[in-house]
Amino acid sequence: MKRFLPPILTIFALVALNVLLPRVMNPYYFQVLMLIGINVVLAVSLNLVNGFTGQFSIGHAGFMAVGAYASAMFTLKIGAPFAASLTGVPLPVAQGIALLMALVAGGLLAAGAGWLVGLPSLRLRGDYLAIVTLGFGEIIRVVILNVNAIGGARGLPGIPPYATFFWVFGVVAIVIGLARNLAHSTHGRALFAIRDDEIAAEALGVDTTKYKVLAFVLGAFFAGVAGGLFAHFLSYLNPSSFTFIKSIEVIAMVVLGGMGSISGSVMAAIVLTLLPEVLRSVKDFRMVIYALMLIVLMITRPQGLMGTRELDLGALFGRKKAKVVS
Amino acid sequence: MTTPLLHLDKITMQFGGLKAVSEVDYAIHKGELVGLIGPNGAGKTTVFNCITGVYTPTQGKVMFEGRQISGMKANRIACGGITRTFQNIRLFSRLTCLDNVAVAAHPHHKAGLASAILQTPAFEADEKALKAQAFEMLDVLGLADYADQPATSLAYGQQRRLEIARALAGKPRLLLLDEPAAGLNPQESEELMTLITGIRKRFELTILLIEHDMKVVMGICERIAVLDYGVKIAEGTPVEIRSNPKVIEAYLGEEMPA
Amino acid sequence: MTEFLQQLVNGVTWGSVYALIALGYTMVYGILRLINFAHGDVYMLGAFMGLYASRWFHAGEDPSPIKALLVLLTSMILCALIGMVIERLAYKPVRKSPRLSALITAIGVSLLLENGGVLIFGASPRFFPQIVAQKNIELGMGVVLSNQQLIVLVVSFGLMLALRWLVLFTKVGKAMQAVSHNHMAASLMGISVDRIITFTFMIGSALAAAAGVLVALQSPKIEPYMGILPGLKAFVAAVLGGIGNIPGAVVGGLVMGIAEVLVTGYISPSYRDAIAFVMLIVILLVKPAGLFGKAVTEKV
Repeated sequence: MKRFLPPILTIFALVALNVLLPRVMNPYYFQVLMLIGINVVLAVSLNLVNGFTGQFSIGHAGFMAVGAYASAMFTLKIGAPFAASLTGVPLPVAQGIALLMALVAGGLLAAGAGWLVGLPSLRLRGDYLAIVTLGFGEIIRVVILNVNAIGGARGLPGIPPYATFFWVFGVVAIVIGLARNLAHSTHGRALFAIRDDEIAAEALGVDTTKYKVLAFVLGAFFAGVAGGLFAHFLSYLNPSSFTFIKSIEVIAMVVLGGMGSISGSVMAAIVLTLLPEVLRSVKDFRMVIYALMLIVLMITRPQGLMGTRELDLGALFGRKKAKVVS
Repeated sequence: MTTPLLHLDKITMQFGGLKAVSEVDYAIHKGELVGLIGPNGAGKTTVFNCITGVYTPTQGKVMFEGRQISGMKANRIACGGITRTFQNIRLFSRLTCLDNVAVAAHPHHKAGLASAILQTPAFEADEKALKAQAFEMLDVLGLADYADQPATSLAYGQQRRLEIARALAGKPRLLLLDEPAAGLNPQESEELMTLITGIRKRFELTILLIEHDMKVVMGICERIAVLDYGVKIAEGTPVEIRSNPKVIEAYLGEEMPA
Repeated sequence: MTEFLQQLVNGVTWGSVYALIALGYTMVYGILRLINFAHGDVYMLGAFMGLYASRWFHAGEDPSPIKALLVLLTSMILCALIGMVIERLAYKPVRKSPRLSALITAIGVSLLLENGGVLIFGASPRFFPQIVAQKNIELGMGVVLSNQQLIVLVVSFGLMLALRWLVLFTKVGKAMQAVSHNHMAASLMGISVDRIITFTFMIGSALAAAAGVLVALQSPKIEPYMGILPGLKAFVAAVLGGIGNIPGAVVGGLVMGIAEVLVTGYISPSYRDAIAFVMLIVILLVKPAGLFGKAVTEKV
């Protein structure tokens, strides 16, 4: 039963905070906190592609956009009427179920897009793959701009704000747990092996095709889920939220945190979300300082904050690391 | 006559106008320890690449245990029983020694992605078995003490041994060693020879090795094939090869086979 | 038919601008394997430097060909210096770092130039003075070429030829080729790799600046974010032609310009920004090294 304890505790903590935080927290701080959560999901999911597998994706905003629009449309057309039809169920639960369905729908569609983009990754390496992912992101944006049914350039308003603290940080917990467990499994090692030396990995029996596409699909799925959370938190979508700049922000988080380090991604997502907010007081200088810090950090710590290491919470709490069998 | 374990059926590998390997025909039988030698640029590593699926020969085929493997993907060939080491060491630099070996053991463990992510008890048992197996390989190669060290922290000779441990973890029936003694000092080469004959016996392996160090090749190989400019110019026992005039001519200007 | 030919003329003009920017991308990539994301912003700076230069020379109030040339040259020289500073301060320290860190640095520089631009030039668009009065030239069959377009074509093709001469027939050009093949070997031959890299950045930045001024001649609204999209597309053009390949960048730029103008004219202006990337994906899947690139295989 021990292995069910952490998830159960996490759920309890999430429920408690879900009730507490919106009541005691300044709404602006609360909004920043939620955006941090969404960015953590984005950064960790991109880390699966760039950090774990060493592929070079710079179109993450595209997957996020697919998930955001797909889940928003799902809720508007199916989810919201469905939640309203669930009489006798407490409202948060009904809305939660509707959100969950929307997130899965958005995630799956984004994963499908990830599969499509992942296919060229079998033939293209490094910078070329990066350019294809960039192209994909831009194409998605232009298509969204031109489809009137989803608002086009005007944007898509009126999305029910179902994404509460519970759901955003629930997904954060899931994506971190998943990435961590993946990293400690034979599948994770296969990804790392591809990152370090694809030819050697293949010569030792690692199905590089399968794993490279898998990384793309998983990364895209969670980017789509993050997009869904974003849509159901802000209630409004606009194609300008998913430009190349958004992809860059997420890459900056992964690289700054350290490629392949989950805790690094989490920390960098927090820092890079807070930084522009903290710098709000200096207005026009805000983005200049952000850019300068990015450059200086890359010059002084090119491996990122954590390198490939992880922050060991277990050690922090005095729990002994499981020793390798001998 | 039984089917050979590995049969190179007139393989040719052409890159543009260059024939790196030209109609090489050769067979290796189960349990043999065979050497592949030749001057620099003779096409030895290209032969390895054709066997392991890095390249598909432009002509001819590679048969393993009676089945054609040329044209198959490299990872399928590896899972099918042929693993290798690399001339220019290719370890997974950011993984520990144990994980380097565990990667190679991976095809023989079938815990699914879902059970890995959920960390089911079945997965954990599987993972434990896999790690134990990887650790055993490290132990065989005398690297047990370095299990948790990053692969790149090892000394050069140890990195060569780690490559062998990694190749062994794939449970091959045919092991290809690409210049395992390159860069080793005489004493290390000596140890390597003992090691190779040891693992061959212990895992009932067939081994094909490329080597420049004639002392190693002549010392442990039962049969030797010689390549020059992509063509097989001789084959035979070490004694025959040593006195073969064609071989001596090919090596003229280089070190003579001692 | 007339319309098609007119589109083609517009496309070639527009494409020659892409080609100029693409050259900078391709040269820097060829020599450093770095996607210099800030290159599009140097193009933006080129337009602004041109704006200030036209003020100094009063080129707007009293246009003359000499003044227009002075504006162009001033902008190119200033941007070459900016390119040098960027390379020395930001890129040189990360030259030995992992590729992705270098890329993030380039993105940082790009953000810095854009937002620094907002700070200095203001966020709202500025108007580039008319330093060349517009005249139309009839080419026959109803096809019209404005004298501004003609200038764009003459200047950009002149610069491309000059670059080709520089790379193929001068000592420094040969050194550039050597460095792009192998830094270590080049330095053993007595070439100062650092200086060649800096020089490459300066040339690329000067070409981008020229593109900025030329575009501003035709569409005078300039603003700090104007470099992002043309920059990305010019990069795509460089990839189309086979990155690192100078003639390839020119062809890629022209193909891109023509394709965009045709999409705008015959499909829908709103898909104009997507065609670049669609072409890119198709080409990369069919011929991963670009039209003129050589596939590189790793030695095992």
